[in-house]
Amino acid sequence: MRVWLGLVYVLPAALAAAQPADGPFLHSRGYVAAEPRLFPEAPGVAGQDRLHGSLAAELELRREWGGGKRSLVVAPFVRLDGTDAARSHFDVREAAFRLVTDDFELLAGVSKVFWGVTESQHLVDIVNQTDLVENPDGEDKLGQPMVKLTLARAWGTLDLFVLPLSRKRTYPGDDGRLRTSVAVDSDAAVFENRRRPSVAARWSRTLGLVDIGLSHFYGTSREPRLAADTREGRARLVPYYDLVHQTGLDAQLTVGRWLWKLEAIRRTAQPSSYFAATGGFEYSLANVGGLGFDLGVLAEYLYDDRGRGAPTPWQDDIFAGMRVAPNDAQGTELLAGVIVDRRTRAAAWSLEASRRIGGHWKVGLEARAFRSARADDPLAQLRRDGYVQTEVSFRF
Amino acid sequence: MRTRWSLLLLSLLLTPPPPDAGAQTPDVSAAKDRGAAIAREADARDSGWGNAEARLRMVLKNRHGQESLRTLDVRFLEMAQDGDKSLGYFHEPADVKGTALLTYSHKTESDDQWLYLPALKRVKRIASADKSGAFMGSEFAYEDLSSQEVEKYTYTHVKDEALDGEDCFVIERVPTAKYSGYTRQVVWIDKSAYRTRKVDYYDRKGSLLKTLTAGGYTVHLERYWRAGWMLMLNYQNGKSTRLEWSGFRFRTGFKDTDFTQEALKRAS
Repeated sequence: MRVWLGLVYVLPAALAAAQPADGPFLHSRGYVAAEPRLFPEAPGVAGQDRLHGSLAAELELRREWGGGKRSLVVAPFVRLDGTDAARSHFDVREAAFRLVTDDFELLAGVSKVFWGVTESQHLVDIVNQTDLVENPDGEDKLGQPMVKLTLARAWGTLDLFVLPLSRKRTYPGDDGRLRTSVAVDSDAAVFENRRRPSVAARWSRTLGLVDIGLSHFYGTSREPRLAADTREGRARLVPYYDLVHQTGLDAQLTVGRWLWKLEAIRRTAQPSSYFAATGGFEYSLANVGGLGFDLGVLAEYLYDDRGRGAPTPWQDDIFAGMRVAPNDAQGTELLAGVIVDRRTRAAAWSLEASRRIGGHWKVGLEARAFRSARADDPLAQLRRDGYVQTEVSFRF
Repeated sequence: MRTRWSLLLLSLLLTPPPPDAGAQTPDVSAAKDRGAAIAREADARDSGWGNAEARLRMVLKNRHGQESLRTLDVRFLEMAQDGDKSLGYFHEPADVKGTALLTYSHKTESDDQWLYLPALKRVKRIASADKSGAFMGSEFAYEDLSSQEVEKYTYTHVKDEALDGEDCFVIERVPTAKYSGYTRQVVWIDKSAYRTRKVDYYDRKGSLLKTLTAGGYTVHLERYWRAGWMLMLNYQNGKSTRLEWSGFRFRTGFKDTDFTQEALKRAS
């Protein structure tokens, strides 16, 4: 924590040192959050706790020159977890220089990139590694070293990437919950070829009501295979990071109150390949019944052609969700959803709610529950790990 | 969070009067022609400014007088053949800092809108046909902040009257949008410079819902008037929202490429 506080004071000073006199070109934002998690059910693994205390903080500093044509951004993140040593971690989410010209945009350094349109899962999104210890939903990402060249032309926008280093996915440790029944040993990770830089390209374009993206990635998979073995008499899962080709399509059609969404990928890791897709809609109603609140209804279908043998629980599943926002001054929001397996009825429930208090504080609630009647469903390992997390954060 | 602030609300209208279906008395027809002519004149007087930027501060007040703030920077690009483009970037409240919104408004079709969520680095195209929802918890609906293209309403001149000592045209306008939250609006436009001074908004049941008043006008490039403040009072919930515009700069050199999804990701 002392290191963190040091960064908070030193970095802004350093970036502010050369502050030009003609404007506020140093931007900062971030948060400090307390996020205790309560697991109501007894753990599946002996000795695990029910109450996990946790603190997280992130700071983003951005310095700009030349009217924003050149910029430098630094965004350190830290989590301190009272229970799971593997969840306590520090990461540089961003540390990158960007140059914008009339012809191209160039970014070099550590950064974060998102591809995709669907809500229940993000198949196409492959540039950044998942920071899985942060949240089982997989939306938190580790910073990725990259050189990115963007060309915006009449025929669309082309992003070209060279990704020199591959990050390991973070996994909960022995004391952590929300993990496979046998813990993943990240230190034992095996890479098919870690030295080889990954490369990627994405073309995207807006054509009237349609936003479309086509992407290809060749390099180290962000999603390792997990293989069981034993070390010193203890069972463990070893992550294997294969070289993969992934071709992705993401598209959204926006018509009236409807958003129609599709993501599809084909991923090839010699000698096999598979196809997966997510598609569905989001329907939004504003000012329902003149009562001032906005309502959104979401539904998606999740498919993976590996079927029951897929390492993901989402191979023939339906997602249904709802967003409610009363449009109050506190920006209260609620998102609830469930993903249900069409055949086994295994289900993952989720509820996220948040509300601002004043200009800088925010409180949040996150609850998840996992249900599976069959032991062979990947979700079965999480069935005792439903949790309720409250969050109190200070934002600046 | 969706928006449309394309044209500082008050640049107003201009609509080719729709071909009237039934036979109308000469009086009604004349009132419509007059209303549309006023709207077109207001629009014509606000054409040619090119591009601009401004700082917007929103003060939301609930019925107990408690205030909350939103601050954003907005840049605008005037489009000759289409609705204007705008890009807004939030500074306050802190939890939405870095969030940005890109809007391509259109004269007759629904606007296009993309939201940038900085935590996920995600650009999301959002549904923008239904603009009746509140903007950021304020008393302004998205459609109130939308670029006021003439084609978005049909008009009728009601009368002329003085408002706070200013001679005004009073016109009634009816939104053409399918999902508008209003059945009609009554607008006071001053005769001296065709600036919007007041708007009464009538909800879907036809009841008076809100009143907007605007003032503190300053002139830019010697002919474009912009309001310094706009106050929206909601009669039905007792809340109000005051918009305070400052730091107007015109013709700062913004181009089409400053209003793309790439620009949205790096907005500041």
